Amino acid sequence: MSADFYYGIEVLLNGLMAGVMYSLVALGFVLIFKASGIFNYAQGVMALFAALTLVGFQNGQVPFAHLINAIFGTEVHHFGWTLPAFVAILLALGVMLIFAILVEKLVLKHLVNQEPIILFMATIGLAYFMEGFGDLMWGSEIKKLDVGIPQGGNVWVEQSTASLGGDGFYGFYLDSLDIYATVVAAILVTSLVLFSQYTKTGRALRAVADDHQAALSVGISLRTIWVIVWSIAGFVALVAGIMWGSKSGVQFSLSLIALKALPVLMLGGFTSIPGAIVGGLIIGVGEKLFEFLIGAPFLGGATENWFAYMLALLFLVFRPQGLFGEKIIERV
Amino acid sequence: MFYREAGDFKTSYAADQQTFAIKLDRRAYYSLLAVAFLVVPLVINEYWASAVLVPFLIYAIAALGLNILTGYCGQVSLGSGGFMAVGAYSCYKLMTAFPELSIFLCVLISGGITAIVGMLFGLPSLRIKGFYLAVATLAAQFFLVWLFNKVSWFYNYSASGQINAPEREFVGFIVTGPNSSPAAVYLFCLIFVVALAWLARNLTRSATGRNWMAIRDMDIAAEIIGVNPLVAKLTAFSISSFYVGIAGALLFSVYLGAVEVGEAFGIQKSFLILFMIIIGGLGSILGSFLGAAFMVLMPVLLKNVLVGQLGWATDIAAHFEFVIVGGLILFFLIVEPHGLAQLWRTIKEKLRLWPFPH
Repeated sequence: MSADFYYGIEVLLNGLMAGVMYSLVALGFVLIFKASGIFNYAQGVMALFAALTLVGFQNGQVPFAHLINAIFGTEVHHFGWTLPAFVAILLALGVMLIFAILVEKLVLKHLVNQEPIILFMATIGLAYFMEGFGDLMWGSEIKKLDVGIPQGGNVWVEQSTASLGGDGFYGFYLDSLDIYATVVAAILVTSLVLFSQYTKTGRALRAVADDHQAALSVGISLRTIWVIVWSIAGFVALVAGIMWGSKSGVQFSLSLIALKALPVLMLGGFTSIPGAIVGGLIIGVGEKLFEFLIGAPFLGGATENWFAYMLALLFLVFRPQGLFGEKIIERV
Repeated sequence: MFYREAGDFKTSYAADQQTFAIKLDRRAYYSLLAVAFLVVPLVINEYWASAVLVPFLIYAIAALGLNILTGYCGQVSLGSGGFMAVGAYSCYKLMTAFPELSIFLCVLISGGITAIVGMLFGLPSLRIKGFYLAVATLAAQFFLVWLFNKVSWFYNYSASGQINAPEREFVGFIVTGPNSSPAAVYLFCLIFVVALAWLARNLTRSATGRNWMAIRDMDIAAEIIGVNPLVAKLTAFSISSFYVGIAGALLFSVYLGAVEVGEAFGIQKSFLILFMIIIGGLGSILGSFLGAAFMVLMPVLLKNVLVGQLGWATDIAAHFEFVIVGGLILFFLIVEPHGLAQLWRTIKEKLRLWPFPH
């Protein structure tokens, strides 16, 4: 086997890892869409906000420091302590819980029974609001997030696979962070599936997703369910924020991964948790392989920007409900 | 008391069907046009033209275009930024390839080219609906921006990857390039705006417009009563893209002058135009103007108040802008999902009865 072949496999493996990262974001979308029929554009910004909050707590930043300084002319920036990662994660989770309750109280409650597209636009508004709010609260400079996940090439994988190829082959290069992300995603998905299948709350969630009216009539509180769903989505956003933040720093571009998650969802279908994972893997592998085989040699590179969307677009023309989505039945 | 239709008798169908049925409305409209064409060019200066009026006019065209597609035909598009880029780059290619071609024609042809591109990207809308379509239009957005970045033919192989508008005259006045006068640029845009708004208003109340609205309200039902969805959706996509392309061409040629595609026509621009029509009012011509005015004026106002008056740093003001835009979108969707245009309609209803509402 030639080294090129192994290099191709390495690209494939890295694509799979990147796909897992997309899936992490896409999961949050699916959760909210299943439970409330809302397509939550703000998921990416929630990840950004969660990561910002986490870093802020860890470094003991003063919230709204810039604003306070601008109004009162003071010079406060830090409380002067640093929190351990675990405590900061718990605190950030608490903030995401409060956020979920506020969203329900201030926005969703008033938009019951609106058309889906209005709700979609409301989440775009929410995304803008949070983006500005997060920057106001914690400042907009790029921050480093470190919660103790190792980074860089995984030596063990590299050494144990080095013997496979010929002379020019030194083993597969896989980022440890990506391997961690894969493990975390697997645990997350398993626990989410278990939660929705085997707990009472999970059953209520599925009931609401199935039929709002029927769920209401058997005594399930829609509003409680929504708060729970948004909290879980907040938790998933925090996990995604930690992974992406450790990978590329906490910065504005983090919110754009939401856009990358959209084609993942379209491929997998909006209503399927396994679909989000499979879609993510297809997109991740597809765009890396396309860039490797066609994009970089023939098209001048950077095809990753649009490949996912084009793939999803072509795919949807043939199967409008996605791979695992429920069949769309239209009635007049 | 003053604003009423009593005593305003119509003696022909044409008079009954006119856009401004109430005399006061009609007078207000004509005087507004007169002020815009005759008074404003005399008093306009560099700051007002470049900060407020010209961007308002250009974005109003883009908002009109997106409103035709989203507000009237119900097809949500997040690709407006990409289509504006098509308009801008075709305008640039036309201006440099045919230097003797009038800038007016250049802009119009750019609109036509964008219409064809828009129609191509509109083809999937026959199978894909709702959010799925919104996401599918993102493919147009990202692909087009990438294309204009990578293929150097589009920017004439310039080293910076930017496109720069050469100097062109329109009926003897310089409208593009650094030597253009604010009044000429303003009038040039105004001509497009008035003509296109007139066209849009009349299109939307013609058979074409009624077909669009039937598709928007329920596509299957519309198909059953004999509306051809292929024709209706593709005309909506092409006409909408025509408008958006003209806006892009104008934004590049007369307003910005130099453009880098990712910066000027990125995904943020698509969202900006979408916000304009949400805040202004979906399915309303007036709404497109109100929304464009709002989104252009608000940052200027905020900047003046926060940076100019209170002396805050510009980045804090920029963050506040995000918070306020987001908050306002939520507010409008909750309080008045039909936007500023609906607010204006309510005010007019109240005015008719004022001061004796009972």
